[in-house]
Amino acid sequence: MTAQTLYEKLWDSHLVREDPDGTALIYVDRHLVHEVTSPQAFEGLALHGRAPWRIGSVVATADHNVPTHARSEGIADPISRLQVETLDQNVVKFHVKTYFGMNDRRQGIVHVIGPEQGATLPGMTVVCGDSHTSTHGAFAALAFGIGTSEVEHVLATQCLLTKRLKTLLIRAEGKLPPGVTAKDLVLAIIGKIGTAGGTGHAIEFGGSAVRAQSMEGRMTICNMAIEAGARSGMVAVDETTIDYLRGRPLCPQGEMFDTAAAYWRTLVSDPGAKFDRVVDIDVASLKPQVTWGTSPEMVVSIEDRVPDPSKEADPARRGAIERALEYMGLEPNVAMSDIAIDKVFIGSCTNSRIEDLRAAAAVVKGQRVAKNVKLALVVPGSGLVKTQAEKEGLDRVFLDSGFEWRDPGCSMCLGMNDDKLAAGERCASTSNRNFEGRQGAGGRTHLVSPEMAAAAAIAGHFVDVRRGR
Amino acid sequence: MEKFTVHTGLVAPLDRENVDTDAIIPKQFLKSIKRTGFGPHLFDAWRYIDVGQPGMDLTKRTLNPDFVLNRPQYRGASILLARKNFGCGSSREHAPWALQQGGFKAVVAPSFADIFFNNSFKNGFLPIALQESEVARLFDEAVGAPGYRLTIDLAAQTVTTPSGEAMHFDIDDFRKKSLLNGWDDIGLTLRNAAEIKAYEERRKRAEPWIFG
Repeated sequence: MTAQTLYEKLWDSHLVREDPDGTALIYVDRHLVHEVTSPQAFEGLALHGRAPWRIGSVVATADHNVPTHARSEGIADPISRLQVETLDQNVVKFHVKTYFGMNDRRQGIVHVIGPEQGATLPGMTVVCGDSHTSTHGAFAALAFGIGTSEVEHVLATQCLLTKRLKTLLIRAEGKLPPGVTAKDLVLAIIGKIGTAGGTGHAIEFGGSAVRAQSMEGRMTICNMAIEAGARSGMVAVDETTIDYLRGRPLCPQGEMFDTAAAYWRTLVSDPGAKFDRVVDIDVASLKPQVTWGTSPEMVVSIEDRVPDPSKEADPARRGAIERALEYMGLEPNVAMSDIAIDKVFIGSCTNSRIEDLRAAAAVVKGQRVAKNVKLALVVPGSGLVKTQAEKEGLDRVFLDSGFEWRDPGCSMCLGMNDDKLAAGERCASTSNRNFEGRQGAGGRTHLVSPEMAAAAAIAGHFVDVRRGR
Repeated sequence: MEKFTVHTGLVAPLDRENVDTDAIIPKQFLKSIKRTGFGPHLFDAWRYIDVGQPGMDLTKRTLNPDFVLNRPQYRGASILLARKNFGCGSSREHAPWALQQGGFKAVVAPSFADIFFNNSFKNGFLPIALQESEVARLFDEAVGAPGYRLTIDLAAQTVTTPSGEAMHFDIDDFRKKSLLNGWDDIGLTLRNAAEIKAYEERRKRAEPWIFG
């Protein structure tokens, strides 16, 4: 048999039918649902008198709108509250069995709780009305974000109409230097290939630097595949994957687990498999990354300076830099380490897992948040992450340093709840998008790793986390 | 779904690359549980000086006179012209909804982000990718000529300029047919229900844990 890539294996095993023009029906194994992109889909289903095809595939939670403090008081904003209540009602109406509502102790960001519960398994297709669904590809799943019409389509048919993607292998060989994380690696990848670099492709992240990552690190990398333009990112199965899954509530147990694991171990790209494109990333010289602009590709290392548009020959590119610098309130050629910050956000589906919190806590331990930092937030990705962190005393470390310790949700990654930047405020954020207004109208976002965000909180400006080590 | 066949309309040039879905429709408007009401908030943060909130009185808002879509000559525009990687970012289908409800039928750009591109077709909103040089020329012409209109003919796969020059665009055959006929994807897929069921039975035997 010809050597296949991981993507090709996943595609073939989910193909229901394929027309001569390449239009295909792909079967969906897991459908993750949250409150923002589902109400119109459930409504459409009801309007057409259609029943869900396999409601057992749905795992639902409320994450985007939920408050991260005083949750027992409910949601103050009536519009946000209605959206969460609508999900509560749809769960009942359509008999969704697996629902982690706002007050469930297992509630959290959909891309954190899916893997945590074992709802995401290797060899699955995983979809969600959310672009960061690429996260689940860390488990050798074919996972991608869909729009609301497709949410309805999956509810009604358990399938998606789509076409085969091209394949892109991003190979990161070598060992990440100390203080350089999965987040820095993926930011550097986006900086190299651009925000449209993966458009039309499914990315497989490979190489020894990726293999050496924990599942948390792999999820961080796959999470941002969409920021490189690719709907799906994935990592092949190995023992790290299998060990993470064993014993998770929605994972097969006992003998069934062993049977499943034997199959899962085949979910790797075969030696000699052909990718449409291969990009190599130099890992040994990688440094902590900080974005300076309003697109994730606008990124440099902490040792660098804000770019100078006058040195850019391409007029479109020059205009984009000028506009970004104006929005970000930055002057050309300023050292990244001289940029002072107003707020810090440690959280989001990119970096809110236990390992992220441990890494950030290790940086801040015994130190105080700088006086110029108005707010430093830690928002765990799920109730279970929060509980685990508290068991380890991480909440005390953060609180003693002057951070706020909040309840799980998407929070300031996109500010659909009360956690936002005010106009002009500058934030060191572990999230995934630095678009204009993303964290609040007029807010200025710099994307960094949890370690870099923690170090910036203490210093009051961006600082090379490797220097404190 | 709304059909798309031939459309002639006024062109609004939005001279930016990487227009993201947060810019097209900011997050605070995603709290709606409806499919409508997004038009007035299309490009909200660029369009208005004040910060928009759902349900606010639009007559009391301050328009940003510098934003291209607010200029009188682009009032009633139905074809948006933009630079590469239009629609990058989130999966929110509220982005094509907002464009459509803001009066647009199509957007012409050198390239699009995958999810936005896909979502557009589900709503009868047509994203057209032309060569970067062609888009650059359209920008020059549109900015230079007030009342500049283009004609989009989906069946012929052409964008025609006022001088009669036709630019060809590629489109997936299935998507083209769906748009021309206003087909409902779900209805089409359900015609294959027996095949889906048969597939499901095979998978249940091979990977029973998926169905647990």
